Amino acid sequence: MGELRTQEMLLNMGPQHPSTHGVIRFVVKTDGEVMTTAVPDVGYLHRSIEKIAEKATYHGFMPWTDRVDYLAAMNCNYTYALAVERLAGIETSRRAEFLRVISMELNRIISHLLAVGALGMDVGAYTPFVHGLREREKVNDLIEELCGQRLTYNYARVGGVIYDMPPGWDKKVLSFINQFEPLLEEFNRLLTDNKILIHRLRGIGVITKEDAINYNLVGPNLRGSGVKWDLRKDIPYSVYPEFDFEIPVGTGEGGALGDCYDRYMVRIKEMRESCKILRQCFEKIPAEGEAQVKVPKKVRPPAGEVYVRTESTRGDLGCYLVSDGSDKPYRVKFRAGSFTAMSIVEKISRGMMIADLVAFIASLDVVAPEIDR
Amino acid sequence: MQQFANWLLTKIPYPAFLPTEYLYIGVQLIFALLMLMLFVAPFAGIISWVERRVAARMMDRVGPNRVGPQGFLQWLADGIKSLLKEDIIPTNADPILFRLAPYLVFIGMFVAFVVVPFSSKLIIADLNIGIFYLIAVTSIVTVGIMMSGWASNNKYSLLGGMRSAAQIVSYEIPTGLAILVIVLLSGSLSMQEIIAAQGAYPWEWFLFSNPFTAMTFFILFISALAEGNRAPFDIPEAESELVSGYSTEYSGMRFVFFYFEEWANIYLIAAVGTALFLGGWQIPPAVRQWGAATHFILPHLLEFLTFFIKAIAIVFVVIWIRWTLPRVRVDQLMILCWKYLLPFGFACALGTALWMVLFPKGVPLVSYTLFGGAVVTGGYFFYRVWYQLKAANVRVHLNPFV
Repeated sequence: MGELRTQEMLLNMGPQHPSTHGVIRFVVKTDGEVMTTAVPDVGYLHRSIEKIAEKATYHGFMPWTDRVDYLAAMNCNYTYALAVERLAGIETSRRAEFLRVISMELNRIISHLLAVGALGMDVGAYTPFVHGLREREKVNDLIEELCGQRLTYNYARVGGVIYDMPPGWDKKVLSFINQFEPLLEEFNRLLTDNKILIHRLRGIGVITKEDAINYNLVGPNLRGSGVKWDLRKDIPYSVYPEFDFEIPVGTGEGGALGDCYDRYMVRIKEMRESCKILRQCFEKIPAEGEAQVKVPKKVRPPAGEVYVRTESTRGDLGCYLVSDGSDKPYRVKFRAGSFTAMSIVEKISRGMMIADLVAFIASLDVVAPEIDR
Repeated sequence: MQQFANWLLTKIPYPAFLPTEYLYIGVQLIFALLMLMLFVAPFAGIISWVERRVAARMMDRVGPNRVGPQGFLQWLADGIKSLLKEDIIPTNADPILFRLAPYLVFIGMFVAFVVVPFSSKLIIADLNIGIFYLIAVTSIVTVGIMMSGWASNNKYSLLGGMRSAAQIVSYEIPTGLAILVIVLLSGSLSMQEIIAAQGAYPWEWFLFSNPFTAMTFFILFISALAEGNRAPFDIPEAESELVSGYSTEYSGMRFVFFYFEEWANIYLIAAVGTALFLGGWQIPPAVRQWGAATHFILPHLLEFLTFFIKAIAIVFVVIWIRWTLPRVRVDQLMILCWKYLLPFGFACALGTALWMVLFPKGVPLVSYTLFGGAVVTGGYFFYRVWYQLKAANVRVHLNPFV
């Protein structure tokens, strides 16, 4: 009898699959439970947002930026607004900058809540995800009071923000933070310290420091590999230099530096840091100042180009803006963290198990619309 | 039963060439089926309601509360809805096996209830190999699940079916070892005799009989969870990986059969745990006498309630685990079985045998100590829960009716 041979199987994971978080397709070659490779196939959610920008005015493109990354709409709004401001030389008021930071940090908290909750759900724990959503709803209520929207906020404007915060809103945010921080500890007891979760995540999908830099990973994925790089500190923008906060990096506490557990922990720690920033914001926010400075109805930046980088919830969000002097952008390009995160999947996923691939993708926290835009 | 059959003989023209035993068997079969249909089948439905309500509460949701009082009849509504739905059979599926698989799964779980002792009299058949029969027939479920995974002609289903086969076959062994411990203690395979060997009070239960049996209970509980594809061992239907695995291609009533199996299985896990370790339907003799003096049905009712409450408590724990813990990976599952549960199962079987040789009459002091330890552990657990609730400053909704 000859040697017993197994046959490779081609498994089509996605475009509609519960753990791809949107419409991504992975072409998985498996031999039973162990995979040979997983090749990501992106492009299912391309809505040509960047092309639409060329047909819209500078103000008119603002709602489209919400759709770049629907879980971090505040950051995308802000990045685009900042690019236009840099190009047109518009100075915003200090109060508006604080409002922008507050909205962005609130956005960071809820985005990370969803990321860690969804990771929990991908490895089989359903309750933490719902608890995360519950807290997210509270923040959504707060943001709704601020700008009237719950998902596509469309809050930042060229020259500031659309509305000043309603009276008494700061108290509500502070009371939310006061009850959120103990709840985060409860969340940790429920999920983070869970033995099964640690065993599912540690040593899985290890991205070394060199790989993380070479593959151009950004944000928590980069910091999870131990690289201390955060644009809020390293290339400061807005009023971030005034705040005292830490940059959490992966410590390898799960087992190997840069494994899924490290990326997960970075997000948990970043939520605490965001709470810290929010507290300082409400201490330092100036009482006076207009929400939006006077900006012409049709912004016509001088011909030229600008590249702006901000630290979105999924890391370095870049906006490249070219103006030809007219009232419409000549070219807008977003550089998104999710796209580069997809590029490393093929390398890391070699020899993984199918269940690990799910945990690995979840730990990268990719948002499908951000990949394709 | 025999009287009823004899009465039937006088009423119906029975062909004389057939032995009357055939009629007795027929009557008994019909009676058993009726009992299963009317008494046991709703259990799965009730458990589904319990699971959805408990899960909802853990997630800060409300859960089904529209159909019937507190949504209690939701399972009936769902069942009727599924019956009326279109039954889709994929073009490339194996038509015969695809249709057959849900019935195998259903039957495997359904007939296991034959030996579940709800009270001292309320048992369909007190087989002298009761617990062995139970292990044997529940194995049919594996065949059904594998068949559905293969016949669906879907790679995810196939993976799910394969995982399920590997998992259930592996975990049969620790389960068997754990049951062996009880068989050693009670000296019988019959469910009723196993319960009769225990007492009504906690320290007379097999759970606290000696330290090894206490450990065996956990081995049985874990391996029963794994055998029933329950979280955290629900890898055959791992929703986030395999898109519900072997049942992916099923719809309508066939799909419900798989879920019937799952919910009936929770109750079966709980019932076996109760019967083997928690004293089953045993009530204190004084209560039994008082009950018998009041009305002849009362002792049976009390026994049934005792059994039901103990089983529902275990069902609650199973659901609690399901909605709290992440899922283990398939290799970790195998490691748990072969490296931990199996050696410990052997140790427990040997330890119990040794214990029985050394102390043939048992040691009540050890039982009291173990029971005391369990009470202290439980007390400490609830103290911690209370402490952490206070620390997190969470509003606790104690009202179960929403």
